[in-house]
Order: sequence, then C-alpha cells, then structure tokens
Amino acid sequence: MEEMQPKLLDLIPNERGWGVTANDREMVIGGGFGVREEKKLELRLGLPGEEDWNANRKKTEGLCANVKPSFSLGLFGAPQTKQEAGLITGEAQKIHAKADKQTSVVERKAIAHAATPPAATPLPSNSRAANAPVVGWPPVRSFRRNLASTSKTVLEPQKWASGTCAKFENSTKGLFVKINMDGVPIGRKIDLKAYDSYDKLSSAVDQLFRGLLADQRSEIGTEKNVEEKGRAIQGLLDGSGEYTLVYEDDEGDKMLVGDVPWEMFVSTAKRLRVLKSSDLSASTLRTTSRKRAATEC
Amino acid sequence: MKVQSAMFYFPEEVIEHIFSFLTHHPDRNTVSTVCKAWYKIERLSRCEVFVGNCYAIRPDRAAARFPGLRSLTLKGKPHFADFDLVPPDWGGLAGPWIEAMARSCPNLEELRMKRMVVSDESLELLVHAFPNFKALVLVSCEGFSTDGLAAVARSCKSLRELDLQENEIEDRGPRWLNSFPDMCTSLVSLNFACLKGEVNLKSLERLVCRSPNLKCLRLNRAVPVETLAKIMNQCPNLEDLGTGSLLADQFSEAYVSLISALQKCKKLRSLSGFWDASPLCLLAVYPICANLTGLNLSYAPTVQGQDFINLIQHCVKLLRLWVLDSVGDKGLAVVASACKELQELRVFPSDLFAAGPATVTEEGLVAISTGCPKLNSLLYFCHSMTNSALITVSKNCPNFTRFRLCILEPRKPDPATNEPLDEGFGAVVKTCKNLRRFSISGLLTDQVFYYIGKYAKALEMLSIAFAGDTDQGMTYVLNGCKNLRKLEIRDCPFGDGALLADVTKYETMRSLWMSSCDISLRGCKALATKMPSLNVEIINEWEAEMEENLNNGVAEVISNNNNKHINNGNDERKVEKLYVYRTVGGPRTDAPDFVWTL
Repeated sequence: MEEMQPKLLDLIPNERGWGVTANDREMVIGGGFGVREEKKLELRLGLPGEEDWNANRKKTEGLCANVKPSFSLGLFGAPQTKQEAGLITGEAQKIHAKADKQTSVVERKAIAHAATPPAATPLPSNSRAANAPVVGWPPVRSFRRNLASTSKTVLEPQKWASGTCAKFENSTKGLFVKINMDGVPIGRKIDLKAYDSYDKLSSAVDQLFRGLLADQRSEIGTEKNVEEKGRAIQGLLDGSGEYTLVYEDDEGDKMLVGDVPWEMFVSTAKRLRVLKSSDLSASTLRTTSRKRAATEC
Repeated sequence: MKVQSAMFYFPEEVIEHIFSFLTHHPDRNTVSTVCKAWYKIERLSRCEVFVGNCYAIRPDRAAARFPGLRSLTLKGKPHFADFDLVPPDWGGLAGPWIEAMARSCPNLEELRMKRMVVSDESLELLVHAFPNFKALVLVSCEGFSTDGLAAVARSCKSLRELDLQENEIEDRGPRWLNSFPDMCTSLVSLNFACLKGEVNLKSLERLVCRSPNLKCLRLNRAVPVETLAKIMNQCPNLEDLGTGSLLADQFSEAYVSLISALQKCKKLRSLSGFWDASPLCLLAVYPICANLTGLNLSYAPTVQGQDFINLIQHCVKLLRLWVLDSVGDKGLAVVASACKELQELRVFPSDLFAAGPATVTEEGLVAISTGCPKLNSLLYFCHSMTNSALITVSKNCPNFTRFRLCILEPRKPDPATNEPLDEGFGAVVKTCKNLRRFSISGLLTDQVFYYIGKYAKALEMLSIAFAGDTDQGMTYVLNGCKNLRKLEIRDCPFGDGALLADVTKYETMRSLWMSSCDISLRGCKALATKMPSLNVEIINEWEAEMEENLNNGVAEVISNNNNKHINNGNDERKVEKLYVYRTVGGPRTDAPDFVWTL
C-alpha cells in the first residue's frame, strides 16, 4: 500500500495545505467499495457527539471549513473542489492493485454522483455545519431538494407585495442541458442559467472536464500527473484549442457555440458537446454559416 | 355421471362473470394458473394490469396476453433512483410499452407510470393510438416536455385525468394549456403543480370554465392569487385544490376575492400548494379548515411558528398531513391536540444540511403518537431519536402499516444513552403486526435485523442505510420476512455471504438493491449462475471504460454482452451497485454500457 500514497498526494497540489497526516491519507485510500472497515476508515463529517468518529472528526473538521456545501457547486466553483469531492465522498474506496485507477475512480465517482442533478442555486456557506452531504442522503427527492435550497434565497426579503413574485420565478428556474466531451465516457449536465456570457460558460466547461480529461490521459501515460492535471481546456469558442464547444439547437442542428447572442443561445440550446477541433467537419461548419446567414436576415 | 360433468362445466361467460368480482390483482393472477381454460378466460377479460417492475416481463408479451386491457400501471427505475443513486440513462423507457400496447390493446384508457422515462414522441403515440384514452398519471417521470403535454391536451377527445406528480418536465413554454380543444369539457382532475414554468393564465381560466366536472385541480407556483380566485369562483364543487403562489397584498382585490371564493367551496377536502404563502392568505383558509381531510404544507417553508399553529388547530377532521420540520415539536404538539383522526403524517426536512432553530425531535413524534392513536402511516425526518421515544410511540400507535424514520445524520446513536437504536425499532416491529413498509436509520447493529426477521412477518418493503455489522444482519431479514417484496440497502457491511445466504428468496421478491456494500463480482456471478430466473445487474460507471483504456489503446465498442470486462480477471473487485430482480423477460436489451447483466 505504501507505494500508493505518493500517487494520491500527487493529485493534491502541495501548496494546498490540507494538514493531512499519514492517517488521513490512509482513511481515503484504505477504505473499500465495501464497508467492512468503512466505519473506521470512511471519511465522514458528522455532528459533534458521534463517538465513532471522534478520531477522524478532529482531522476532518479542519477540512470542513474548505468544503463547499454540495459536490455540484464545487464543480462550478474553485478548482480544488475536485479533490475535496474525492475526499468527502460517502463511499470509502479500497486500495486495489491498480491504485491509480482507483483513486481516480474515487474522484470521478464523486463527480459522477454530483453531476446528477446539481442544485440550481448556491447555499449560504455559513450554515455549513459539520454535516456535509453524502450522495443521495438524506433520502429526499430532487424535487424537494431543489426546493429546500431555492426557498432559502426566496425567503430573504419578506415583502408581501405581489411585485416580488417575478423575482421568485427567476431564482428557481434552472436550465440543465446535457454536455458530453470526446474521450470522456459519461456525460454531465450543466445549468445554462448559471452563466451570463460565453466566457463564463467556457470556463465552467473547462473546470468540469479538465480533471476528467487529465485522468484519462494519465491512465495511459506515466506518473507525470501533476502537470497534466493543471492543463486547462482553452480555446473552446474560437477554434484555437484542441477542443471546440458545439451545441445542438431545438431544430436538431449542430452549431458552433458563440455565434448568436447569449440570450438566444440559452433559449435554443438543447445539448452541448465538446468536440476535438480536428473532428469538426466541413459540413458542420457549413450548417452553422447557413444558419448564421439565416439569423442575420 | 351427467351431474358430475355438469358440475365441472360452466360456460365461459359464467366464469368470466365470477372473475369480474375479483378486483385484487394477486387473486386474478392466481385463478389464471388453475387451468388453461381459466387462464384464457382470465386474460381475455382482464381490464387492469399492474407491472411493478417494467423489466419483469417484455412489453409485447404483456400486451399480447391481455388484449382487452383498459388500465396499465408501470413502475420503472428502482426506488433509490429518487435519491440520485441510479445514473441517468439507466433505462425504464416507456416507449416500448406504449408501442406494444398500441399494437395489441386498442381499448387502453388509463396509463399510470412511476419512475419511467417518457418521450414526447411516446406521448404523441399514446394519444393517437388509443381512441378511448382518458387518464394519464405520471409520477417521478422524466424525458418529456410541455410539447408532449400539448399533444396529450390536443388529441385526447375525452381526457378525464392529467396528473403530473413531481416529474422533471422540460419547459418549452406555456402554450400547452391552449392545446385543450374548446370542445373538451370532460376534465375531472388536472395536476400540473410540478411544472416549473409559466402557464397561460387566460387559457387556464377558460379551461376551468368549461370543465363542470372538475373535482381536483392542482396549480403550479406560477399561478397568482388573482387567477386562483377567479378559478375558484368558477368551480365551487372542487374537492381537491393545489394553490398556486399565495402571495397577496392585504388590501388587494385578489385577496378579498380569494376569501369569498374559498368560502363557496363547501366540498373542499384537500389542500396543497401554499407556495410563498403569506400569513394573510392563510387567514383566508381558516373557514374551510374544519372540513379538511388532507393538508399538504410541505412546499411552504413560510408557514411556520404561530401561523402554522393558528391554521392547524382548526383542522379537526384531518386524516393526512404533510409538513416541513420547521413547524417544530411545538407545532406537532398542536397537531396532536387538534387532529385526533390523523392517519398519515409526513414531516420533511426544511434544511438538508444543518439543524435550524425550530426542527423536530423525538418529542414531536411522541406527542403525535399520544394524541393521534389512529396514526398508521409515518414519514419522519428528524435530527435525533431515542429508544424510549420509539418504544412509547409503538405502544401508543400499534396500527402502523408504513413506518419510515430518517435521522438526518447517518449512524447517530440514541443521544440519551449513546446506544444503538435496535431496541426502539425492534419495539415497532414487535408491536405493529401489520407493518408493510419500514425504513430505518441511526446507529443500528445486527440486532435490529434479528428483530425484523423475527417479528415483521407482514413486511413487504424494507429500506436500510448505514446499518448492521455483519452478513448475519441481512441474513436474518432474508430468512425471516416471509412477505418481503422489495429490499433496498445502501452503505451497509453486507457481503457475498449475505447475498448468497438464501438465493431462492429473490425469486419470491420483486427486487433487491444493494449499493456501497461489501459484495464482490464473484458473489454476484455466483448468484447469477445459481438463479437464471433473475436478472443480476451491476452498475459500474467507470470500470468498463477504464478497463478498455488500460488494456489496449484500441477503441472497442463495449456492448452489453462483452464478457471481456466481466471475465478478464479479478472477481474480487467490489461491486458498487447491484440490482437484482425476478423476470420472465430475460436480460434487458436496452441496458446502457454501464449496466452489466451477469
């Protein structure tokens, strides 16, 4: 197991300052898909008073401060949350012969879980007790879950004038579309209403897939994970990068993202894809220029 | 001799007539197995079919067997899909069922589906294939949009019921409501509370005006008080109302109008909605509270504290109450003193992550049990629970048929004694002989499963999370619960030993779900080998793709039957998610890449 630890550390940039001791690392690595030792080793953030977790809790409470309220927010937020998500996933993972793969699996699983379906609005981080979310827990339907998070923002200004109705409507609507990336097997969902410009969308896509893409590369490659991890997915909108962002509109046509005004894009985009720029065929481009001409008329 | 043969011969019509008195599905299923003649008579006269697992039988076969079918109920994804434990694109497609019915069952009038994926195209097919189609009920479904609703509205000549409960519906604009033709006057029940978008208010008013038979109407949050008041003035016979947004200014005409409209609705028995309800709008509701049998405030975090108390103390005939935990133990105490007829209580968490100022604890539950002895159905989310409270509750209410308790923090012990909650939950199963559905939480050892196996003889569905110590726990349940139909387990230390303890048991059950437990591929393969009548499905989202990447650089299409991944070595690999169900339909043909059928 010893040789596995450095690999996990490689995935966590040193300047992060987790203050993680050897024991903590073992907690993450030494669990299993199974749960036999899970009680001791599983990283669980529980309320004070839960004796089982005394030892672990002291260490995890330090991590709590950095933890975002939900996995999904972490995806759209600060870059380190991918690792955070990996650490606080409710399912402890066992070291396997192929440890690399497993640690990546930990993180991917957390992200996979988190991506279905993300909460629409951010939760106030000051109410983060030590009780961080476990996937699918508490057992409340997404319908209610979204309600619980959006109603907080709704309740803040309690004015009974009917004029505030419109504000409530806007804060609760999310627009989730599927997004797939070449080379990444499982797709994600992304909330278009969370952004107001193509640049923000592009950077969100970058954060969403950057780590996953690097994992895919590092599988086939060697130990040079650190540099790979950091490589941003750039040039999504202008064709200059390795990948290009395209979307499928309500008529089923594939279009380059960035051609139409943002509002129009949000209202017509049904699905997003991140394609290898080299795969963009001439026919795809022809369609978009035809469409562009049509919208300009 | 003649007499003897006459006794054994009845004309088919007579037998069919006798069968028409059998309304209970299991009874009809039983008579169909008596002999070929009865099988034939039964299947040709069957009007209603319930398919608890859409993969238990092929749609074609079901449709061909029951050509006279009028009502079909289908359930798709496993229950834990509600909590995001099942990846998207897992399955549960309604399309093949609707197509099969379209081919063989022209008399279909009603379709009820839960946790299935329905496309707009399927909805189009539905309304064009069945001239008598009358009722569509979709619960926790997804995959369709308001365009699909428009198709239903437009084409159903005598639509009686359109009931949408907690579905994920893509909003493509409000025009779907306009699609109800002017001659459509048959609506009895319309529920679109789960729609997130705007609706065309004028169309809604006109629709209600021309629907004299409307008994149940549940609006969505986009419908303001003004419209609600107008609607209610049009249908004084309404029995079940889901309000839209109850945000209104004290001095507004809308508010005044609402009060008078509500007072005219003498038949109103059930209320829900209450989105953004102001205390003032609640005042408007007081006059009708005395007759209410059902009240759902679980979407209204604004209704709490004294407002809630003032409201609930009038509801003396209440049978069913759904609230948020923001009403607090204090609110529940008032419920206990006012609602003596209460049968069903659901208390949902208002803040999923931290204990707010007023939430519920064991005290609230004990108060309810003391005041409402007729309580038989409970769903209770709380931050803590004690053994003594549970023991008291079960003494007070021995009639529970459904008991679901969710302590928000996994593995939390009894705070008074620091012990597991085995004795508390044990008391529930010992006392409540009719318990059919049970969900447990908190710190639990194998002991609670010993009690469940020993006492919960009527139990049909059991949900377990973060509980147990060893395989013995699960084994107790499999061995003891004779009527068990659905078992769903997450994050428990049950391994292959438990899984394989009683393999024939799974043939008597609808399904088994195990996620984040301690089972291995070897165990699952063993189960699949021993029990060919089961589908043993594994959901491993990443394994498949990663094997491919590691073993070779050559991209290969991963088909569902690609044994390369399943058989290429390490059977000790842990299985993340397992779904086992009995079926006569064989392995799924629509399983996505990440679902492996062993």
